[in-house]
Amino acid sequence: MDTIQAILNSMLREAISPQTAAVAIAAIGLNVHFGFTGLLNIGQSGFMLLGAYGFAISIGHGLPLVVGVLLGFAAALVFALVLGAPTLKLRGDYLAIVTISAAEIIRYVGRSALLTDFTGAAQGLQGVSYRTPFTNLSFFGDGDTTLSPFNIYDIAGGAVWVRLVGWLLLAACVTGIVLVAKAGKGRPTKARRASRDADGLVTATPATERRADLGADARQVAVVSPPVRRTVIGVLVAVSVFLLFFLMPTSYQDTGVSGWWVRVIAWLLVAVCLLVVYLLVRSPWGRLLRGIREDEDAIRSLGKNVFAIKMQALIIGGLFGALGGMLYVLPASVQPDSMGRSLTFFCYTALLLGGAATIFGPALGAVIFYAARIMIKGVANAYIPDSIMNGQQTEQFSFIVVGVALMLIVIFRPQGILGNKRELRFNV
Amino acid sequence: MSESTVARSDLADPTARRALMSGVDATPGSAKPDPILVVDNIVRAFGGMTAVDVSHLEVQRGIITALIGPNGAGKTTFFNLITGFDRPTSAKNGAHWSFDGATLDKTSASSVAKAGMVRTFQLTKALSRMTVMDNMMLGAQGQAGENLLKCVFKPLWSGQERAIEEKAKDLLQRFKLLEKKDDYAGSLSGGQRKLLEMARALMSDPKMIMLDEPMAGVNPALTQSLLGHIQSLRDDGTTVLFVEHDMHVVRHISDWVAVMAEGRLVAEGPADTVMSDTAVIDAYLGAHHDTDLGDDALLSDEAMVEMQQEVKAEEAEREEEA
Amino acid sequence: MALLLLAPLLLLVAAPPAGAVGTLCLPTKTQACIAGTVRSEAGVVPNVKLTVTDPSGTSQEVVTGDDGRWNVQVTKEGAYKITLQEDTLPDNVAVSGANEVTVQAKFDATAPVLIPVRTSAYVSSTSKFDELLQSSASGLRLGLLLALASIGLSLIYGTTGLSNFAHAEQVTLGGILGYFIVNVHGINLWLGGLLVIALCGFTGWFQDRIMWQPLRRRGLGLTQLMIVTIGLSLAMQYTFQYTVGARTVRVVQDNPTVRTLGPITLTNQSFVAMGISIVVIAAVGFALLRTRIGRATRAVSDNPALAAASGIDVDRVIRLVWTVAMALAGLSGLLYALVTNGIKWDSGLQILLLLFAAVTLGGLGTAFGALVGSLIIGLVVELSPVLGMPGDFKYATALLILILLLLVRPQGLLGRPERIG
Repeated sequence: MDTIQAILNSMLREAISPQTAAVAIAAIGLNVHFGFTGLLNIGQSGFMLLGAYGFAISIGHGLPLVVGVLLGFAAALVFALVLGAPTLKLRGDYLAIVTISAAEIIRYVGRSALLTDFTGAAQGLQGVSYRTPFTNLSFFGDGDTTLSPFNIYDIAGGAVWVRLVGWLLLAACVTGIVLVAKAGKGRPTKARRASRDADGLVTATPATERRADLGADARQVAVVSPPVRRTVIGVLVAVSVFLLFFLMPTSYQDTGVSGWWVRVIAWLLVAVCLLVVYLLVRSPWGRLLRGIREDEDAIRSLGKNVFAIKMQALIIGGLFGALGGMLYVLPASVQPDSMGRSLTFFCYTALLLGGAATIFGPALGAVIFYAARIMIKGVANAYIPDSIMNGQQTEQFSFIVVGVALMLIVIFRPQGILGNKRELRFNV
Repeated sequence: MSESTVARSDLADPTARRALMSGVDATPGSAKPDPILVVDNIVRAFGGMTAVDVSHLEVQRGIITALIGPNGAGKTTFFNLITGFDRPTSAKNGAHWSFDGATLDKTSASSVAKAGMVRTFQLTKALSRMTVMDNMMLGAQGQAGENLLKCVFKPLWSGQERAIEEKAKDLLQRFKLLEKKDDYAGSLSGGQRKLLEMARALMSDPKMIMLDEPMAGVNPALTQSLLGHIQSLRDDGTTVLFVEHDMHVVRHISDWVAVMAEGRLVAEGPADTVMSDTAVIDAYLGAHHDTDLGDDALLSDEAMVEMQQEVKAEEAEREEEA
Repeated sequence: MALLLLAPLLLLVAAPPAGAVGTLCLPTKTQACIAGTVRSEAGVVPNVKLTVTDPSGTSQEVVTGDDGRWNVQVTKEGAYKITLQEDTLPDNVAVSGANEVTVQAKFDATAPVLIPVRTSAYVSSTSKFDELLQSSASGLRLGLLLALASIGLSLIYGTTGLSNFAHAEQVTLGGILGYFIVNVHGINLWLGGLLVIALCGFTGWFQDRIMWQPLRRRGLGLTQLMIVTIGLSLAMQYTFQYTVGARTVRVVQDNPTVRTLGPITLTNQSFVAMGISIVVIAAVGFALLRTRIGRATRAVSDNPALAAASGIDVDRVIRLVWTVAMALAGLSGLLYALVTNGIKWDSGLQILLLLFAAVTLGGLGTAFGALVGSLIIGLVVELSPVLGMPGDFKYATALLILILLLLVRPQGLLGRPERIG
C-alpha cells in the first residue's frame, strides 16, 4: 500500500512539475506546426535550446528579465526563418530532415568547447546564473506550503477507508468528465449511414461508407447544451484536482529554486498559451492552416500565399518552443545534452497522446506522459528485483516504453485521447 | 471588370455574342475585340519532348471559350502553365501574360488567382476534412482575419466574416448545396464536389474562371445543371475558359473554340464551323470528317455505308502511294 | 662463453623498473610496458620530461633519452595518463595537439604513446598538403562507410517513400552486435562479422514482414509511418543503453596497429574496412544494374505503380530492399565501430545527420546518388577542420551544405525534380 502511495505521490509531483509544463508548451507549439498545419518539425528541441540559451546567456550577462525573454524569442525566430526558407516550398520530408539535423547542430554548437564563455560548453550554464531575476519577482515569500492544507491526514489520521473513499470519489469525477464530454458528440443516425448520389441510388462502396461517416459526424447533435456541458466539466475538473491534492498532499518551498512560484507561473503560462492557440485557430488564419494541411494547391488556387503562411506557422510554433525551453531550464540548468533529439520525441509523444489538432491535447498529453513514465519507472523499481533490472535500467526501460508507445499510438489511435478521428488521417 | 456579378452583362444575349465574334478571324492566335487574357510564347519542354508551344492566344472577355483537342495535345499542361501551376521553359525568354490590360509580373498560382483568374481542377480539390462552409469561406480573398497580427482580435474581422458567410450561403443556395453547409466536404458525392469547387471559386468574384474538364466523371443529369451554372456565370459578366472532351457540351454552350494538337494551337473559331476545319479533323482522326462526333443519331445505316466506302477509297489511295 | 654473451642480456633484464634512460622495457605476464618516442619533424627530442599517472593517481616521472625514447614498466593493468611537460621542451619545439594521452596498459604488451611535437620552423605549406591528404583519406573512409548505410536508406525511400529515421540505429545495431559477438563471446572477427550482417539483414526482413508491409496494406500515411520510425529509433536507442550502458564499447579489444602509405597513416582496420566497403558497394551496384531483381528494384524505386503494372512483384522487391538495406547498415556499423574504435548507444545521432545529408545531396531515391553524396559528405566532414572550420563544427558543415543545396537544387545531384513537390 505504501509503495503504491509513494508511486502515486511521485506521479502527482511529476505531473505538476515545471518541466512538464515546459514540455506542454513546446507540444503546443508542435501542435501548431504538425497538428494544425501539417509541418513535420522534428527539431522542436532546437527551438527550446535556443530559447533557453538566449534567455540564460542574456540574463547571465546582466540584461533584464524581459530582454532575456525577448532575445530567446528572437533566436527562435531566426532559426525558423533559416530552416523554413529552403524547405517550405518542398515536400514535408525535407523539413523533417533539415529540422532534425539543425537541432543537433544547435546542440553541437552549444556544447562546443569554443563557446565555453557563452554557453558553458558541455557542462552548460548553471541555474543560479540566470534564475535570480525570476525568483526576485516572486511575492510568495520564503516559507513552505503544503497543498492542500486540508488533506487526508486531517480525517482519521489518513486511515485506509478515508483513502478508499477519496479514490472512489476521484474515479467518479473522472468518469463523470468522460461521460459528459462524450454526451456532447452526436451519434450518426441510421438514415444517414448510406450515401445517395445525385440520382438517388444508394451506393455502398467503401468510399461511400467513409463519406457517410464523415457526413454524420460533422453534425454534432448536442444532447446537453454546450455552456451547461462546459460548466459541468469545469466543476468536475476542479473537484478532481482538489481531490488529488487532498489524497496526496505535496509540499514545496514557496519560492526557492523549484518551488510553488515557478510552478504557478509555469502552469499559468500554459493556460495563456492554450488561450492564444485557441484564438489563433478559431480565426480565419487558423482556417488557412487547416486548409494548407489538407491541400496546398487548392489553397494556392484561391489566391493565398501558402509559403508565407507556412512560415508564419513555423515561427509561431517555434516561439512557443522557445518559451517552453526557457521554462524547462528555469528550475534546473541549461544542459545541451539533455535537450536533444529525445526531448523532441517526448514532445511528439505528448502531442499525439493527448490529441493532435485539438486545443487541450498537448497539455493533457504532457501531463499523462510524464506521470505514466514515472509510474512505469516506479513500478519497475518497486517490483522488479535489482538483479534483473537495476536503477539505471528502469530509467532506460521507461524510455523504451515511450518509444514503443509512440509507435502504437500512431498506428492504432492516431487521434490520441481528445482528437477527432475523421480529421486525423494525415498524409504528407 | 466593371460589370458586377449581379447585373446581367451585355453579352447575355446570344445575338450580341454572335455579332461580337462574327468579326473575329477564325485563325489560331487571332486578335479579339476586347481580350481579357493575352499570352505569348508559352513553351513547355520535358527533356527532349515539347509538350506545349503556343505562340499567341487571346481570350475574349465576357464569353465562354472552350479549349479542346485530342488526348496528349497539351491542354491540361497549357492550363497549368497559364494558371501558374507549372513554369514554362520559356519563362525567362519571351513568355508573356497580360491579364485585363496589365502585364502579370508574378505568375505563381496564388498571384494569378489574386489578379482575378481563378481555376478549378480536373480531380476536384475539395478540402475533404473541412466542412463545406469552411471550404467556401476559404475562397474569399482579402480577409482581414487571415492576417496573423489581426487574427487574434476577433472584433477586427468578425464583421467581414459575417459578410463572407452571407455571401457563401447565397452561393451555396444558388448551387443547391445549402443544406450540406455543415457537412464535411468529403461526404459529398463527386458531382456535388464539383459544384462546391465552382462555388468556392466564385467567392472571390473572379474576372475569369477557368474550368479544367468540368464534366469529367459527371452523370448526364448533373451535366445539365453544370451547364446552366456556367452559362449563368457568363451572363453575369465573368469570362469562362474551359477544357473539355465532351463535344456535346462544347457545341452546346461555347461561344468560341480553340483547338490544340501536339502542343500547338491548330484552329480557332465558332463551335459549329471549327469542327469542319481540316486541321482539326486531321488532328483528331485523319478520316470521318463532316460527321458530328457527338451526335449518335447520325450513325444511321446510310452513314455507315458511306463511311465504309470512304475507308475503301482511302485504302486504295494508300496502296497506290505505297 | 655463453655466459659472457648472456651478460649484457642479464644486465638488461635486471635493469631497474622505471625511469632509466636507454633501457628497454620487456613486458611479461605480470608486467606491462608503456613506451613512446618524442620526435619532431626535424628529429628526436631528448631530455623531455613526461609524467605517467597510474589509475590510482600515483605518478612517476620519466625522461627521454638521447634517442628520444622513453618507457615505463608497470605492475598494474588499467588506464594510464601520460602528460608531456611542455616546459622541458626546447624553445623551438612545441606540442602540436594535446599534451596528454591516456592508454590502456596490459600485461605482456607494450602500449604505445604518441604525443606529436613540432618545431616552430615547421613549414605549414608542406604539412598542409600532407594534412589534406590524410584528411582526404579519412574522408574517403567515412564516405565509404556512410555509403554502405545510405544506399539502403535511399532505396527504402525510393521504393516506399518512407524516410526511415531509425536507420542510424540500425547502423549502431551492427556495432553493438559486433561488440557482443566478437568481444564478449570471443567469436572470430570475420565469422562474427558475417553473423552480424546476417542478423541485421534478418531484422530488416522481420520489420517489413510484421510491421511495414501490414501498415502499407492498411493504407497508413507516410507521415504516420515516419513517426513510427521515430518511435522505433527511440526504443532502439534506449534498448542499446539498457543492454550495454552509457559507455563506449569496442568490437576488438586490442589496440589497432597503424600502417603508413606515404603521408597517409591509418589503422590496418581502416584499410581493410575501406576495401570491404568498396567490394560490397561494387557488388550492390552490379546487382542493381545487371541482375533482374536489381533492375526490378530500380523500376519500383522509380515508379511503383508502373512497376506493379508491368508484372513486378512490388512487395517482394520491397522485402528484399529492407533486408539488404539493414544488412548493409549493420555492416556499416560494424566497420564504423572498428575504425573509430568504439561504439556508443547514441552513436546514431551523429550518423543520422550525415546519412540524411548524403542521401539528400545525392538525390533521395537513387542508390548511386547516395554513393556520390556519401563520398562528398565524408570528404567535407573530414576536410573542413583542415580548411579552417573548428573541429567541433565539422558536422555542422555537412548540414550547412545540405541547407545551401536545398536552396539551389533540391532534387540533389542525381535526383529527379518531380520528386520534390
